[in-house]
Amino acid sequence: MLVDVTAEVIANTRLSSAYNVLALRTPAVAAAAAPGQFVMVKAAASHDPLLRRPFSVFEVLRDHSGTSVGISLLNKRIGPSTSLLYAAQPGQFVACLGPLGHPFTIVDPPAEAWMIAGGVGLAPFAMLAEMLRARGVRTTLFYGARSAAELFYLDFFRELGISLVLTTEDGSMGETGRIVEPLDRHLTARARHEPVMLYACGPERMLAATASLAIRSGRPCQVSVERVMGCGMGGCYSCVVPMRRAEGGFHHVRACLTGPVLAADQILWD
Amino acid sequence: MDLSVQIGPLTLKNPLIAASGCFGYGVEYGDAIDLSLLGGVAVKGLFLTEREGHAAPRIVETPAGMLNAIGLQGIGVRRFVAETLPELRARRATVIVNVCGTTVAEYAEVSRILSEAEGVAAIELNISCPNIKEGGIQFGCSLNGTFDVVSAARKVTSLPIIPKLTPNVTDVASFARASEEGGADAVSLVNTFLAMVIDVETRRPRISNVLGGLSGPAIRPIAVRMVYECRHAVKIPIIGMGGIADARDAVEFMIAGASAVQVGTANFVDPFIWPKLLQGIEDYMLRHQLKSIADIVGTLETGHAIVELSG
Repeated sequence: MLVDVTAEVIANTRLSSAYNVLALRTPAVAAAAAPGQFVMVKAAASHDPLLRRPFSVFEVLRDHSGTSVGISLLNKRIGPSTSLLYAAQPGQFVACLGPLGHPFTIVDPPAEAWMIAGGVGLAPFAMLAEMLRARGVRTTLFYGARSAAELFYLDFFRELGISLVLTTEDGSMGETGRIVEPLDRHLTARARHEPVMLYACGPERMLAATASLAIRSGRPCQVSVERVMGCGMGGCYSCVVPMRRAEGGFHHVRACLTGPVLAADQILWD
Repeated sequence: MDLSVQIGPLTLKNPLIAASGCFGYGVEYGDAIDLSLLGGVAVKGLFLTEREGHAAPRIVETPAGMLNAIGLQGIGVRRFVAETLPELRARRATVIVNVCGTTVAEYAEVSRILSEAEGVAAIELNISCPNIKEGGIQFGCSLNGTFDVVSAARKVTSLPIIPKLTPNVTDVASFARASEEGGADAVSLVNTFLAMVIDVETRRPRISNVLGGLSGPAIRPIAVRMVYECRHAVKIPIIGMGGIADARDAVEFMIAGASAVQVGTANFVDPFIWPKLLQGIEDYMLRHQLKSIADIVGTLETGHAIVELSG
């Protein structure tokens, strides 16, 4: 169920000078959230900044008894709102509306899951990884960033038993280059009859490249798109994505309602 | 306490209307809030046919406001009547349909189709969208164009007609008068202010359409002034809007002369704002011992300014 809560900041873990993980006390959102869904967060009650910002639910936080008590967000400082969320102190409150949007479709064994993340696009994959592993799905994370200092939560994924394929643009960890390059090789090497579901989130060019690799190799691919959003509720029509029409041409769907998880082969990439 | 307001022949149960373009077709909010609690729901603008609108990015945030150029993406009046109106009816929403056109004839035809449908309470004529080249604002920026669109709609419908006026003119009151002369039952104002935002690092506009419409708290004092100007120019009711974020802001518009108000951008920030606004207006009426909304409308005291110094 959709709720708007004034959520207490439980913890703010700085991962780098730009990235942090913000833990929020939001039992209702945590209990209802599915992997790939998002929340709309407003860091301060003032009119400036005015609008909420969309964030994928990064982790569902549980207490010792396993009861969900909150969620965490992976935040990258890029503007006024994200700077406020980077600076947030435990005990402070933020407005949190959610869960919103269309989640990932989860596969079961024998299908394998390959998650492809670029930068802050790691955000929906912690929760997805936990759910996939709980179902016994063999899972690989393809994860690219600018440098080793911006590859986060690697131990978290390792402890879940997830294979990691890493790239950095500066070569400071893993392979040098972009994450779609090892993805391309793995797709080529994989026998056609073995089912693999691709899940991708990251920069638009990475998603477009992943989509074209998926189409070429005949693999289904779900992408979580990032858009500027005004409301997250379908009211403002800001967050549109051009999707193919069966009869040709395209139509604009709202990422907040139809997405943010969309079928990669249905999107009209530039 | 009587919260109802009269907009021509239409009685609204309270003065709060969800603003067109800021509330989808209303059904998007149907599970989150009780649509029947609102005085009215002004749905997104409709042409005869579907439109895809502009490419993303379509909005950018500004100081205490936002710029948008959606480009009137919409499902067209026929799909609206067939697919959306039944649900709005079932949810007992008071439906105000925002009507668009590229020609006078299209405004009239969309209005005619809506008058034959069941469950439309009023028509808001969108002659003020700043974000598309053809139609809309070309009528809203010309007194003759405004009169022509209003009178053409008047000929084909007995539904209340509410032209939505643009603030992007020198004298908005004259457009309220042209609307009244054309047979409008009320006017709503203001639509957004034409504006732009540039990314100075890339020297590129921040939205795909280059120009967009500014809304939010940043524009409120200008919108209040325009409602005040129209109040003295026409006898028909005024529906005020522009940056209303709480009950105080709504009451401010009413004191300036608005019989009802629309809320848009604030609904993006808080989709559960409606009962809070209603409660705030009731609290104001209690505090000032007012029995009806009419006791607020157009009650600006202009004798002499009282200056109170505060922190």
